[in-house]
Amino acid sequence: MRHDGATLWRLASAQAKAFALAAVIALAVFAMLLSVAGKDPLRAYVDTLVYVFGNAYGFSELLVRMVPLLLTAVAVALPARIGLINVGGEGQLYMGAWLTTAGALAFAEWPAFVLLPTLTLLGFVGGGLWALIPGALRALRLVNETISTLLLNYVAPLIVGYFIFGPWRSPESSAYPQSPAFVEAAQLPTFFHSRVHAGLLYALACLVLYWFVMTRTRFGLEMRAIGGNPEAARRLGVPIFSYMLAVMFVAGGVAGLAGMAEVTAIQGRLVSELSPGYGFIGFLVSWLARTGAGGILTMSFLFAVISSVGDILQITQGLPFAVVNILMAVILFIVLAQPARSVGR
Amino acid sequence: MTRDDGSPLLEAFGVVKRFGGLVANDVAHFAVCAGEVVALLGENGAGKSTLAKILYGYYAADAGEIRVGGRRVDITSPHDTRALGIGMVFQNFTLIPALSVFENVALFQKDLPAVLPRREILKRMHLYADRFRLAVDPRTLVRDLAVGDRQKVEILKQLVAGARVLILDEPTKVLAPQETVGLFNTIDEMRADGLGVVLITHKLREVLARASRIVVMRQGRVAGVLDRSEASEQKLLALMFGDAFDPPAPRPRAGRENAGTCALELIRVSTSGGRMPLRDVSMKVRTGEVVGIAGVSGNGQRELGDLILGLQHPGTGTKLLWNEDASRWPVARLRQKGVAAIPDDPLALACVPGMTVRENLALGSGTRYRVGLGVNWPALDADMQRSFARLTFPRSSFDAVAATLSGGNLQRAVLARELAHEPKLIIALYPTRGLDARSAAAVRRLLFEARDRGAAVLMVSEDLDELFEVCDRLHVLYRGAIAGEFGPEHFSADVIGPRMVGASEHADAA
Repeated sequence: MRHDGATLWRLASAQAKAFALAAVIALAVFAMLLSVAGKDPLRAYVDTLVYVFGNAYGFSELLVRMVPLLLTAVAVALPARIGLINVGGEGQLYMGAWLTTAGALAFAEWPAFVLLPTLTLLGFVGGGLWALIPGALRALRLVNETISTLLLNYVAPLIVGYFIFGPWRSPESSAYPQSPAFVEAAQLPTFFHSRVHAGLLYALACLVLYWFVMTRTRFGLEMRAIGGNPEAARRLGVPIFSYMLAVMFVAGGVAGLAGMAEVTAIQGRLVSELSPGYGFIGFLVSWLARTGAGGILTMSFLFAVISSVGDILQITQGLPFAVVNILMAVILFIVLAQPARSVGR
Repeated sequence: MTRDDGSPLLEAFGVVKRFGGLVANDVAHFAVCAGEVVALLGENGAGKSTLAKILYGYYAADAGEIRVGGRRVDITSPHDTRALGIGMVFQNFTLIPALSVFENVALFQKDLPAVLPRREILKRMHLYADRFRLAVDPRTLVRDLAVGDRQKVEILKQLVAGARVLILDEPTKVLAPQETVGLFNTIDEMRADGLGVVLITHKLREVLARASRIVVMRQGRVAGVLDRSEASEQKLLALMFGDAFDPPAPRPRAGRENAGTCALELIRVSTSGGRMPLRDVSMKVRTGEVVGIAGVSGNGQRELGDLILGLQHPGTGTKLLWNEDASRWPVARLRQKGVAAIPDDPLALACVPGMTVRENLALGSGTRYRVGLGVNWPALDADMQRSFARLTFPRSSFDAVAATLSGGNLQRAVLARELAHEPKLIIALYPTRGLDARSAAAVRRLLFEARDRGAAVLMVSEDLDELFEVCDRLHVLYRGAIAGEFGPEHFSADVIGPRMVGASEHADAA
């Protein structure tokens, strides 16, 4: 419920406090786990902070990691506004990357100023069409979108897998299943001699656009009406069916952009382990941010920091990156355990 | 069971409640004695519900004292008041639909042991149900109950929990006429048994029929207290509204039944689905007339409204609007063409509770306020302010969140929106339900004005007096079919009433 600025501020600071408390408890629990495993948790945390904030490189890596989180979080937040739960950011990311790769391989001789916009569009369309499947099934009242988006997450990597093991398998590196490297023109520009790439601009643009559409346009008004009271919206002539299709397409497209950015700027080719679960972390980010644009920005940043813990553990203590999932899960559970005042509804 | 010391069951002194700068309540004295029905009367927003919620412990008063049985008590929550024997039935029921009647009643009892004393609670349920005429099968799931029966369960659970004072907030608002009679019988029994009943309402007739004492509230204060014997409709109205209220003069009917062109025509329409599908419904609504739909609620009124408003398409038959086949028109197109809807439950059917009043006013306006990607808010504000003024409604803040508005104010906002642009066909489903006398009169006047301007009006109501006053023609709806059409010369409860419950010379074709 929105009120005046003071109330909003109080609510935001209460949320921040609640999250800080959850994070502290989660870090403590995770530290205990690490100790039990014979690792030094304090060392890992200090290393992380030094790594992330101690030099420009670590910080740039943080920004790189924020890109897919921001995009997949928007992909969750947008459908949430009309009451749809999109758990399929991961699959949509993969399909965006897949269609991008198809374009990058097919139009390899095109100049960059044509090719990159084309690839951006393809990434968007790939993710969008993938999300349109559950969107249409839901709009036709056939299948619940939560189930179908979730299950399609398991299908998308298999499609990618088929292509990189089969038709697109790179001839020069037979040891790894991956596509051939993209040509120079198919790679997103990077800045500041780091891996920070133009995908960050995509992500920020999507976030600002999301905020603008929701708060400043009549589409946002109608979408919030659907989310707030679908029956009233229907009776007032809001085209709910069309909105479900359009919103799922756009949301999938935004997640697809994350996949497009990963293959064109980070990997430079299509690989099987494209995402360490960005789509799922994005869901967490959006959910903790209560779908607010500002919250998505801060939560993405925080979760980028937290997933850096995974990098550190991998590098300094020889643990797999996935260990950090335990930390995220603990945070989620603690947040869930708090009496939720406005979560969900 | 009656108290012998003569002190009231429940008494309040100097209760003050503020919401921000607004003084919602400033009540010097209010009391309910054993064996008494105290009516709390007042227009929408007069502070009746606020006072009741303070008495029930739902709101904490900013100042004042509350005594139960002559003893001063500290009330901080409904939990305290329940322990003191004060119960309240809210306008929106607080039952759990998925549970049975028994479970709902049991759940409400204080200090429930881990293993339900099933037999004992059932025994008490039966006892109270018999004594107060509240018979409901304890095994039925609440979601399968009609509204009237749900209300019985609400009252029963309070009585079983030991309530000696029962506050009923607008209890008749949701009831059909025969259910209202049942409720009044229950109230009579409670009075005879020495309970105190607080009846919140704005219906004068109910007050005059049942109350022992009438407390009239205006702008948060007690404007006057009358005994039943000295009360009259005129006196009560004067107290409720000061001098601002003039009872409306009886309006002349259109009296030109066949003059207008046909705005809406249904030709042998049947629908499938819904609780009460329509069967072979044919009717016409012409410009410049008000056509009424009489009937006990649940006989297809909602379905008829949905059909006309484009929410459901006819299975067979045709819907014509201004002589065009509109059977498949989507809602947005209908609204664009000048069809307005005044629903019976604005919070559920016409508003988004979490959005501001302004945003709600913008919904459903089609292309009218489009500028670029956004909404022309200044133009909307200006139009809506004009509409509020024309309806003589006090304007609620457009920045307020809709959920914070009282039911009456929300209904006003919806009316202001729907009537802002001179609609050509108005579908009014129980449009005055939940409005006080003055607002209801304003709505009727508005429907008349719309009619005289040339709009076609279809009005669905259960209140025959209202239909007789407003309509030029009446259809009776019974089990999804038209059970008769009547002109003004037949407007009497003796003629229409039997048709509403299915009595008819001709058997309806199935």
